[in-house]
Amino acid sequence: MLKTIGVEKIEDLFDKLPEDFRFPDLKLPPQQTEMEIAADLDEISSSNGSTKELISFLGAGAYDHYTPAAVDNLLQRGEFYTAYTPYQPEISQGTLQAIFEYQSMIGQLTGMSVSNASHYDGATACAEAVIMAYHHFRGKRHKVLLSRALNPQYRQVVRTYMQGNPDLTITGDEQAVGIDADLKNFTALIDNDTAVVIVQYPDFFGRVINYKPLIEAAHAQGALVAVAVNPTALALLTPPGEIGADIVVGEGQPLGIPLSYGGPYLGFFAVNEELIRKISGRLVGQTTDVQGQLAYVLTLTAREQHIRREKATSNICSNQGLMMLASTIYLTLLGKQGFKQVANLCYQKAHYAASQINAITGYSQVFSETPFFHEFVIKAPVNTEHLLLDLRGYDILGGYDLSHDYPELKNCLLIAVTEKMPRENIDFLHDTLLEVTHD
Amino acid sequence: MTEPTVYELSSPGRVGFKFPEPDVEEVALPIGFEREDLPLPEMSELEVVRHFTRLSQKNYAIDLGFYPLGSCTMKYNPKINEVAARLPGFAYTHPLQPEESVQGNLYLMYTLQEWLKEIGGFAGVTLMPAAGAQGEFTGALMIRKYHLDHGQPQRKRILIPDSAHGTNPATSAMIGLEVVPLPSDERGNIDLEALKLLVDDRLAGLMLTNPNTLGLFDENVQEVIRVVHEAGGLVYGDGANMNALLGVLRPGDIGIDVLHYNLHKTFSTPHGGGGPGSGPVAVNEKLLPYLPDCVVTIVEPGDDENPPLFGFYHPEKSIGRLKSFYGHFGVMVRAYAYIAMHSGAGLRDIAEKAVLNANYLMHKLKETYTLPYDRTCMHEFVLEGFWKDIPDVHAFDIAKRLMDFDFHPPTNYFPLIVKEALMIEPTETETLETLDRFVDVMIQIAEEARTNPQLLHDAPHNTPVRRADELKAAKELVVCCYPLEELQK
Repeated sequence: MLKTIGVEKIEDLFDKLPEDFRFPDLKLPPQQTEMEIAADLDEISSSNGSTKELISFLGAGAYDHYTPAAVDNLLQRGEFYTAYTPYQPEISQGTLQAIFEYQSMIGQLTGMSVSNASHYDGATACAEAVIMAYHHFRGKRHKVLLSRALNPQYRQVVRTYMQGNPDLTITGDEQAVGIDADLKNFTALIDNDTAVVIVQYPDFFGRVINYKPLIEAAHAQGALVAVAVNPTALALLTPPGEIGADIVVGEGQPLGIPLSYGGPYLGFFAVNEELIRKISGRLVGQTTDVQGQLAYVLTLTAREQHIRREKATSNICSNQGLMMLASTIYLTLLGKQGFKQVANLCYQKAHYAASQINAITGYSQVFSETPFFHEFVIKAPVNTEHLLLDLRGYDILGGYDLSHDYPELKNCLLIAVTEKMPRENIDFLHDTLLEVTHD
Repeated sequence: MTEPTVYELSSPGRVGFKFPEPDVEEVALPIGFEREDLPLPEMSELEVVRHFTRLSQKNYAIDLGFYPLGSCTMKYNPKINEVAARLPGFAYTHPLQPEESVQGNLYLMYTLQEWLKEIGGFAGVTLMPAAGAQGEFTGALMIRKYHLDHGQPQRKRILIPDSAHGTNPATSAMIGLEVVPLPSDERGNIDLEALKLLVDDRLAGLMLTNPNTLGLFDENVQEVIRVVHEAGGLVYGDGANMNALLGVLRPGDIGIDVLHYNLHKTFSTPHGGGGPGSGPVAVNEKLLPYLPDCVVTIVEPGDDENPPLFGFYHPEKSIGRLKSFYGHFGVMVRAYAYIAMHSGAGLRDIAEKAVLNANYLMHKLKETYTLPYDRTCMHEFVLEGFWKDIPDVHAFDIAKRLMDFDFHPPTNYFPLIVKEALMIEPTETETLETLDRFVDVMIQIAEEARTNPQLLHDAPHNTPVRRADELKAAKELVVCCYPLEELQK
């Protein structure tokens, strides 16, 4: 090969690189074989406590659901996971049709007309919703309203994304506006300078709130409304599309994607028909080939960065391909009945857990007047930081301490319950809380 | 054969997966919120498995054959990486678990940060960015924040070479920077004279892809960096092409201030049919305080008996949070395994073989195809997919004809500065036999272009579908299993 190229040694291929810095001696540990790295990673991973051994009531944006065996088995087909972005439709029909089916199911689930092929996660999907809304109004509306009951990390990401737009004000999530379920203060902030209003359904506290009045108020001012949803909840609850939402985004992790310490996850993004040409990210459409055969292709690509360059509204150039595929297989496999079943199990077990904990003297459910899905807030009679430590002694991850993000919810825990939680473990949490609090 | 969609395969009452009955007393669903209809498919598990298996068979993939897709680094994805990411201790950890309970994850992330610092010659690394494009966004935001912090709000111009990936300008525009295109000279380097005319106190920085998208190493790179630094700008390195530099040159050593890696290219994590990617960003001392929230660190040093305690720190002037949690952890595990299995010498070997393979192909093909920049390439090179005397044969036709021979086509029509570009990146994982077979086919296609061009125009012939009508797709916009009209009813 060197002879063909016309050089003597391989180093000659690099002779235009700065000589002083060529071929550095990298300080890395000695090379490992597959057998050695396998053992090493076994050891590293087993030094973690995982939700396999621990009784976990953690949610707050990532949920421990059961994934049917067929999902990961299909995902591990090399034809899926070692393929690139389907830019060549003739040899990518598998990925393209899967995206088409994903778009369809997300559309059906959210009640929206059009879904894209996904964003990075729920948080960045929210940020993309803000960018889209900003451009929808050609930069002429300067206010973005985020509900304080929207996942705090989503709100942070929106602010990170929009920091290059100093003429945009991101507001609505201040403590003074509050977290009341009636949304009175929040709704009052909507005006004709508001581009988009973002709320969560169920919200960060698990509450199921009727957003119809809010959406009507926003539309009266000409503003768009984006709803960030938990997809599992939509198996049981009226989808935002039916109450007039313009944009529905969300975290797709509950749809068959492992917790995997926070990623990779899946941001879904769906809009009403009016906004179809403003959507960012990939979109698959149906067409025919030269022989009249049904075919799928990436479509409306002229919106994207590789064509529009600096005129594109988003720089996104991947989607969460494999995670999107996982969710497509998951939704297909569970189907109409299974998906309702899993949502109902979450709902029932969470309600059982809430009533059990609420019955302990000193513990009380916050927002107990508002319906909730599979997550709820409990105020503890003791310091929650210490309480969580005590629970850990019993191999319980007792939920998410809300005092980090909400000073007004001091000593409050956000507790999530999924279909995987057996009744005994809920009872064990109840008994342990009783023991560590009252002994 | 057309595969029906899941909605067409659905049959009422069929069940693919059953959950246990509730083990608690059931309560009513919230009144006024009950969903009426849940239009999801109804299929048996076997039907679902067959459907998706059949779909998979309509894909081309690295596991099936040669994938010389320029700028995408379609190298083999070792199977051990898939096993590693699925270890229960990794896959079943919740991102909000207390730090003490995820020391294994934090150790792995910390070590990967350290390795990426060492490989690139940098002072700090964030693993948070979800993909290369988000890595660029991170880098550009840090550059902007650096200037604001140094009382230079007027520094808003970002220079982007005309050969750059489309994400570079899109990213810059997203954060309000003013994109100024920078021309290349006749050797494919940045035009130094043009550069010197464009730098002043409005300069925020330069986004540099080196080797560039022509696969060429910029021969004046140190001078380019010096000019930008002297004008007060910072240099962003697009690390999409790091496969050429592993163990060969550390971008940080030559003065690049910030660089993103693509774990899904250079470090062999699978492309997954379009994602997930992972785009860690490395910075030098200047930009350390601006790293995104949050970075893994040692919070308590260890001693002979105890390992160190790992945790997070929040950089003081951070640009903020880029996504939920800490990044694509599952992708990090794969990259960790890959680097551990190569180490310094192995990484250098990767770059050397990638560059050797590319130069070999380039030399074998340059007699048949026009090579606009005829000098030693790095890990990829760009040919013209066009002959003046056969004006109706295009790069597009060559790309499609390659599919008939079970090859994935090269990237075509990019970079934009080459007419009818065919951008070829063989990677280090291919054998000489594969490369030779590709050469033979490329030469055969060039002959066919003269003797039987219709073969090229009609290609591909044997794929699951033939050339598709993209205009029709954009016009009719059928983007879900139900047409829009039906949905509106």
